[in-house]
Amino acid sequence: MSQITRDEVAHLARLARLALADDELDGLAQQLDVILDAVAAIGQVTDAADVPPTTHAVPVENVTRPDVVTPSLPRDVVLAGAPEAEQDRFRVPRILDEEA
Amino acid sequence: MTAYEQALAEFAPVLGLETHVELGTASKMFCGCATTFGAEPNTQVCPVCLGLPGALPVVNEKAVESTIRIGLALHCTIATWCRFARKNYFYPDMPKNFQTSQYDEPLCVDGHLDVEVDGEVVRVEIERVHLEEDTGKTLHVGGATGRITGASHSLVDYNRAGIPLVEIVTRPVAGTGVRAAAVAKAYVTELRDLLRGLDVSDVRMEQGSMRCDVNTSLHRAGEPWGTRTETKNVNSLRSVERAVRSEVERQAEVLRRGERVVQETRHFSEATGATSPGRVKDDAADYRYFPEPDLVPVAPDPAWVAALRAALPAPPSVRRKQLVAQLGLSDLDAQAMVNAGVLDVVLATVEAGAPAAEARNWWLGALAQRANETGVEPAELPVTPAQVARVVALVAEGTLNAGLARQVLDGVLAGEGEPDDVVAARGLAVVSDTGALGEAVDAALAAHPDVADKVRGGKVQAVGALVGAVMRATRGQADAATVRALLLERLGVEG
Repeated sequence: MSQITRDEVAHLARLARLALADDELDGLAQQLDVILDAVAAIGQVTDAADVPPTTHAVPVENVTRPDVVTPSLPRDVVLAGAPEAEQDRFRVPRILDEEA
Repeated sequence: MTAYEQALAEFAPVLGLETHVELGTASKMFCGCATTFGAEPNTQVCPVCLGLPGALPVVNEKAVESTIRIGLALHCTIATWCRFARKNYFYPDMPKNFQTSQYDEPLCVDGHLDVEVDGEVVRVEIERVHLEEDTGKTLHVGGATGRITGASHSLVDYNRAGIPLVEIVTRPVAGTGVRAAAVAKAYVTELRDLLRGLDVSDVRMEQGSMRCDVNTSLHRAGEPWGTRTETKNVNSLRSVERAVRSEVERQAEVLRRGERVVQETRHFSEATGATSPGRVKDDAADYRYFPEPDLVPVAPDPAWVAALRAALPAPPSVRRKQLVAQLGLSDLDAQAMVNAGVLDVVLATVEAGAPAAEARNWWLGALAQRANETGVEPAELPVTPAQVARVVALVAEGTLNAGLARQVLDGVLAGEGEPDDVVAARGLAVVSDTGALGEAVDAALAAHPDVADKVRGGKVQAVGALVGAVMRATRGQADAATVRALLLERLGVEG
C-alpha cells in the first residue's frame, strides 16, 4: 500500500533544501512507505489508543535554571565556526534567491 | 469621508494582532548568555544559542514565571502541563535551523484585554500566550539601503537569538467597524502598559523589544470573512494604526475591482505609511512542528500559579483611576491625557516627584509637540518620566527657567545624557547673579537710549523691550524678574 506520493517527497525535499533527481523521488517514496509501514505496526497494539505518544524517554518535568548570566564564548572562537565572517558577524549567502 | 472611512462603510474589517515581547530577563531563554541590548555583535552567544552539536538547552525559570504572570494579567487559563516544540525552517536568523517555540500546548490560553476607545470599552479576546526564543539580527549588504531584496549577502549577529520572547495572539477582532484602526492601537497601547506594570519587559517598540504583526481582512456584510494579510513588524503605536488604515484602504481597492486579496505577509514602511508584499506565507504544516526532545515538559505547580496571581499588580486601568483620584485631576484632564497617550507617563512623572500640573503641562505641551514633530507617540520619546521630573525640579529650585528647561529636554532627547549633564555641558543654568547681569543690563541701556528715556518718563511697561534685549544677550539664561528689577533700579524708577 503506497502512502507517500512522489509529490509529497518532492515537497519534503524542498522544505529540507535537498536537491533530488526525479528517479530519486520514486525510490525515496517507496523507502518512506516501508518505514511508515514498519511504524504502523504500533497501531496494531490493542490498547494503543489509551497510550499517549511518547516524546520523552524519561518521565521528568520542570527542569529549569535560575535567571543568572554565565560567560559567553569569546567572539573569535564564535566566528571561527562561521563559514565566513564580516564586520564581526556571520556572513551568509544571499537569502531571497534561495526562496524564489 | 476619507478613503479609510469609505472602505469601512462598504466592508467590515476583521483584525488579529500578534504581539511579540522580549522578556526583560538577565539571561537568555535556554542558556546563560546575557541579553544586554546594543552589545558588540556576537559577544553574547554560546554553544546552546548557536545550536552547536551536543549543546543542551535548559529553561530559564524566570521566563516561565513572567509568561505565566502575563497570562494571569490577561485573564488566561494557565496550562498544568505543556511542552516546547521545534518550528523548523531554513533562514539564517536561527543558526539551529529551527526555533524553539510552543505549538499546540501554549502556557496560557483563553484570556481577554479590555480597551477603551472613544469612552467605550471593547473586549479583545486573547487566544494564547506562548513562550519562545527570539531570532538573530540580519544586516543585508550590497542592495539598496539595507533591503533584503537585491542584497548580495547578509551578515548575522546572534546576540538576540535565544532571548525569551512571548507571543500574545488575539482571537479575530470583528465588529469594530470604522474604529478598527483605533481599537488596534488602543489594544497595543493597553498591552504595553500592562506589561510595563508587570515589569516583565522594557516594552521599547523602537528598540524592537515589543513588535506587532497585524492581520487584516475585509468582507461585505452578511458574507464570510475575507482572506487576511499579515503586516509584519509594525514598530510603533502610531504605525499600528497606520498599518491597519493602509491595509484596509488597499484591500477595499482590490475587492472593488472584483479581485481577490492574496494571503501573504506584507511589510509596513514607516516612511510611506503603506504596506508592500513580502513572501507568500508558508502553511503552518510546512514548519513541521514536533515536541522538542531536548527539553522536558513544563508543569507549573498550581500553588505557585496561585501565588503569582495573588501578587499581580493592579491593572493599568485601575491604577490610572486610583492615581487620577489621588492627584485630584478632573475626568476631563484625565481623558485629555488618555487621548494624547500620555496619562501613564504623566503619572510616572508625578511618581518621580513632579507636581501633577507641571507633569501634565510638559507632556501635553512641549513634549507632545516634539513627539508630533518626530512622528512618534509622546511616551515613545527617548526621555524618561524621571528625567522630566528632574527638569521640573531644576525649574522649581531656580536653576532653570521655562525656556532653559525646554533646551535641557531637547538635549536629553538628542541623547546628551541626564538633565544635569545637559545643564553642565551646555552651560544652561540661570544667571541670577546681579554682578554678572550688570554688564548685559548696561549694554541694553546703552543700545536703546530712547526706550530708557520712555521708562524714565513714566512708561514703565516699555521696560519689557530692555528685558528682552538682556534675555537675548544672555541666551535666555537670565531670570527675567531679576533683570526687570535690575533695569528699573538703574533707571531710578519704582517697579
